[in-house]
Amino acid sequence: MVEEIGKTVEGDLIINVGPQHPATHGVLHLVLTLNGETIKKVEPHLGYIHRSIEKMCESLSYRQFIYSTSRMDYLSAHINNHACALCVEKGLGIEVPARAQVIRVLMDELTRIASHELWWGAMAMDLGAFTPFFHAFRERETINDIMEETCGARLTMNYNVPGGVMADLHPNFQERVKNFLKLYKLKIHEYDELVTGNIIFQNRMKGVGYLSKEDAISYGVTGPAARGSGVSSDIRKLYPYEIYKQLEFDEILETEGDSFARYMVRLREMNESIKIIEQLIDNIPDGDFQAKTKAVLKLPKGEFYQRVETARGELGVYIVSEGGTTPYRIKFRSPGFSNLSALDHMARGGKIGDLVATMGTLDLVIPDIDR
Amino acid sequence: MIELIIWKTDYTYMSKEEIKTAISELLPTAVFDETGEWLNVQIEAGEWKDAALKLRSLAGLSFNFLFCLTCVDWKTHFTMVYHLRATASLDDIVVKVKLDREKPEIATVSDIWRTAELLEREVYDLFGVIFLEHPDLRRLLLTDDWVGYPLRKDYEDPINMIKL
Repeated sequence: MVEEIGKTVEGDLIINVGPQHPATHGVLHLVLTLNGETIKKVEPHLGYIHRSIEKMCESLSYRQFIYSTSRMDYLSAHINNHACALCVEKGLGIEVPARAQVIRVLMDELTRIASHELWWGAMAMDLGAFTPFFHAFRERETINDIMEETCGARLTMNYNVPGGVMADLHPNFQERVKNFLKLYKLKIHEYDELVTGNIIFQNRMKGVGYLSKEDAISYGVTGPAARGSGVSSDIRKLYPYEIYKQLEFDEILETEGDSFARYMVRLREMNESIKIIEQLIDNIPDGDFQAKTKAVLKLPKGEFYQRVETARGELGVYIVSEGGTTPYRIKFRSPGFSNLSALDHMARGGKIGDLVATMGTLDLVIPDIDR
Repeated sequence: MIELIIWKTDYTYMSKEEIKTAISELLPTAVFDETGEWLNVQIEAGEWKDAALKLRSLAGLSFNFLFCLTCVDWKTHFTMVYHLRATASLDDIVVKVKLDREKPEIATVSDIWRTAELLEREVYDLFGVIFLEHPDLRRLLLTDDWVGYPLRKDYEDPINMIKL
């Protein structure tokens, strides 16, 4: 810290945001250099929740390592597991039964809605509105109950295994999802009435944290944050996996590039997820929920890369195999890490009060950044 | 303000051969490997910066998106792995650069792809690869006084929960 103060011009103020700060939603530490109220530099200090998952995975088998990824981006745990399962299946050439594919996609989209709902409530809370948090959790709770019934867990699902899913759907699943759809459609207009249309909220979001299309690509920003800047980056559309190719849904793009655009992308994305669930919920094929696999999995020598679209952006799983039962090297390309690298660029020149709006619409999950 | 894009369902990506032809004119010394999912391009460490600039500004096939940057410790040498995508045509390539394990040094590409700045700091932190001319090469995830580079294969953790 002393060295950093030495580098700055006289009159600059250096303040710490975090590691314990309500708006970072985790242990993110930002060192801000301020000139009055204007931000001159944002420097993220990471590692407060670094567990070295990549190193741990080197000593875990291909069945075990999937579970450690639930602890990365805990809000899209199911999608993280999905990416790992797909990567192992790609290496082994396992064909996943149709029923398992549909179940996985259904769960993915439910997870996405749950994640966006939490983000929406927390986002509004960061900007000073407390009520939306309860509204968001009312719907999110229903999804968590559905997850609990089928997967046995509310947050770290661990439902995917190489070859399919761990267990069959709970008999109540279809009925409960349909109830959720009814509830969601009844309540979704409240989101717009409470927050989106609010003029104070709009003034705090519009024109704040601008990110141009070129910068978004250069900084490796993906997911809703990139789509707010007009970068088409939905992996479900660009490189379809599982059954996404056969489904009808739109990729939401906004071209404004400010915080409000990123907000609108996420809000509209929830409706697309609802569309996907509606297409699938009555058409779950019969059959096995898991392909037959060997007890001990050995990936052939080589490199395998699989990417999926999580609620935050593009998650890549890169496995280097030497033919053994454990990966030789594993790398998780986490969306949060790359999105964070753009924060300095976006916040510079803005006011310190706008930092929360910029950071909120990036939707950072800290364990995903630190891994 | 809001654009809804209706996508075609069939995508036509370039074949490995086509990408290879396009790149081999630019980088005559590169070695190609087509066995994997994507085209692998092996480049010498000294030529990497020059090659990166060329790949970034390739007309019609500009690899402008660095979506993954990592390193693999092969015990005898390090391999830097760069996953690149051309966002206009959605083609991917993998660039690999071999590094000497005793003196791992490579030019930074943080001025070409801005995302590389943090990613290179992470690789420096966990592998000890030195990125020449990097604007701010410090440890990222570990504390400043950490000894050793954890993701190297010969790293011994003083507190190993399995061996305790």
